[in-house]
Amino acid sequence: MQPESAPAAITISNLTMAFGTFLIQRDLNFEIRRGDIFIVMGGSGCGKSTLLRHLIGLNEPAKGDILYGATSLVQSQPAQRAGIMRNIGVLYQTGGLWSSMTLAENIGLPLGEYTSLSPREIRDLASLKLALVGLAGFEDYYPSEISGGMQKRAGLARAMALDPEILFFDEPSAGLDPISSRLLDDLILELRESLGATIVIVTHELASIFAIGNNSVFLDADTKTMIAQGDPHDLLDHCPDPKVQKFLRRGEGEDVSPVPQGGPA
Amino acid sequence: MKQTRAQAARQAGSWTLDWQTANDGVLVAVLGGNWRLADSLPDAGEADSTLAGKHSLLVDGSALEAWDSGLLAYLSKLAGLCAQRSIAFDTKGMPEGARRLLGLATAVPERAGARRSVDRDSFLTAVGRESLKGISSAGQLVSFLTDSARAASGMFRGRPGFRYRDLLALMQACGAQALPIVTLISLLVGMILAFVGAVQLTAFGAQVFVADLVSLAMAREMAGMMTGIVMAGRTGAAFAAQLGTMQVNQEIDAFKTFGIDPMRFLVLPRMIALIVMVPMLTIYANLVGMLGGALVGVGVMGIGPLEYLDRTQSSVGLGDFAGGLFKAAIFGVLIAVAGCMRGMNCGRSAQAVGDAATSAVVTGIIFIIVSDTALTVVYMLLGV
Repeated sequence: MQPESAPAAITISNLTMAFGTFLIQRDLNFEIRRGDIFIVMGGSGCGKSTLLRHLIGLNEPAKGDILYGATSLVQSQPAQRAGIMRNIGVLYQTGGLWSSMTLAENIGLPLGEYTSLSPREIRDLASLKLALVGLAGFEDYYPSEISGGMQKRAGLARAMALDPEILFFDEPSAGLDPISSRLLDDLILELRESLGATIVIVTHELASIFAIGNNSVFLDADTKTMIAQGDPHDLLDHCPDPKVQKFLRRGEGEDVSPVPQGGPA
Repeated sequence: MKQTRAQAARQAGSWTLDWQTANDGVLVAVLGGNWRLADSLPDAGEADSTLAGKHSLLVDGSALEAWDSGLLAYLSKLAGLCAQRSIAFDTKGMPEGARRLLGLATAVPERAGARRSVDRDSFLTAVGRESLKGISSAGQLVSFLTDSARAASGMFRGRPGFRYRDLLALMQACGAQALPIVTLISLLVGMILAFVGAVQLTAFGAQVFVADLVSLAMAREMAGMMTGIVMAGRTGAAFAAQLGTMQVNQEIDAFKTFGIDPMRFLVLPRMIALIVMVPMLTIYANLVGMLGGALVGVGVMGIGPLEYLDRTQSSVGLGDFAGGLFKAAIFGVLIAVAGCMRGMNCGRSAQAVGDAATSAVVTGIIFIIVSDTALTVVYMLLGV
């Protein structure tokens, strides 16, 4: 576990997300600390993935700010924004691999954009990244030729291409069998340990949440705001909110009552 | 016990429904026979009048033989009607499985506001909506054009920002591979022009001018326009579908989060490919079209081959070709803009990709025809 005093990697302040007049989530305030494995959780349709899209700059917030260190993503100049983007990696829900390129080209493209490495060096690095996710030998396959789980792992290899400081995962275990999903969790833990990366995961997979998460925020679809934050284990033990308890216990347990109770669950 | 027979069995082995009123005023619906989707079941709405003024309804299914979702749909609609009239609804007499499924269906109450109203827009609302859509699509066009201009200027200032390999592959796909259809279309257009001219010119004994007609029309107008229209259908749609599918697969998002501008990586090479290849194809279409004219002129109308060639050479100048090729280059830009814009603005569903491809072709053809008219007028005014 990281000490509480680790500096904030991302600060979300007063963030309100909306599509036109349709409100998704409002008044989000939380910090993702350096070295965290930070879980964004909540029921289906509460705006988890939308929050992720805001964090990586694909959607503009209706209100509020997102700070990377001390730099605002929302008000950043193109050059500053490019600097932020250079330091993040994203694993998309569907993998998001470029379908017209082989796996090696997928990983090599950002390397070619941002480094002055020779084609051979790029190729070697791509092979290394693929080997790290257990896909050695698949350099010349196209994304459509490999299975969904392999696409996820290849997507992870691409997300790690530039050794980013912050990695974002959108539903990493969706569509994976329990064993692959467990392997992915181990890989994520390993990345945190070895690279010191900060990891933000959008998921509702309870097994993963408890296995790897050390900090989290819970988004609620009804009140359209966050209703809990902190270590998922602490939330399970001490969070008084019945919705959070119900979620973390898969809807089981008699302590789920409509009236919030102050006592331990 | 009073009995009203509302529905009789329709066919042997089908459903039966009896409405009975018990002595204590409870309405009893006795369901019997087969209640399956395939048995052309009654509409529960018909029971509305029967329910009027009753205080409770009991459905009795003890005589049921076979049932499936058809029965459940009937019962749940009936339950809804009862709820509206605050009539007690009792399914005590139904099979256990049906009662449990019915319980599941009513366990989660309908979320308030979830149901969409399907009211038709009034005529004025529809007109307003469409106009707003038109304005926003004009805005889309402007912002797409500024983005692509920015990407293009970046290309001249520094690194191209795309892979030459991609550009070459695109050029092959929209150039060389379009040769067969361009050949066919321009050959036939040349022949058609020759036939149309032949009928008129023979009346004046001026058959030989068919060569002038075909070559001028091809060089100045038809070769570029027909190539443009073929390319709008062939390549514009392909671009929109490719980029749209990449949008659906989050591939465009991946470019953005890697800080790679999709405008320069994806759109720019497509534009360059079309700007180069449409004029090239137009030169080819010119030749094939004139050949088509010659086939008719020489083969059908009996003009001598040398005479035909001579007339062709003397009637068309380099300026005519240049004017046609300039138009073709403009068409290339417009087809690329239409295809790429629709693809980049595509929604995130299969339906949206189809819409993007359709509207890329429609937009492309409109762009071509309108700009062709405008350029023809400009040429006339300039005396080109």
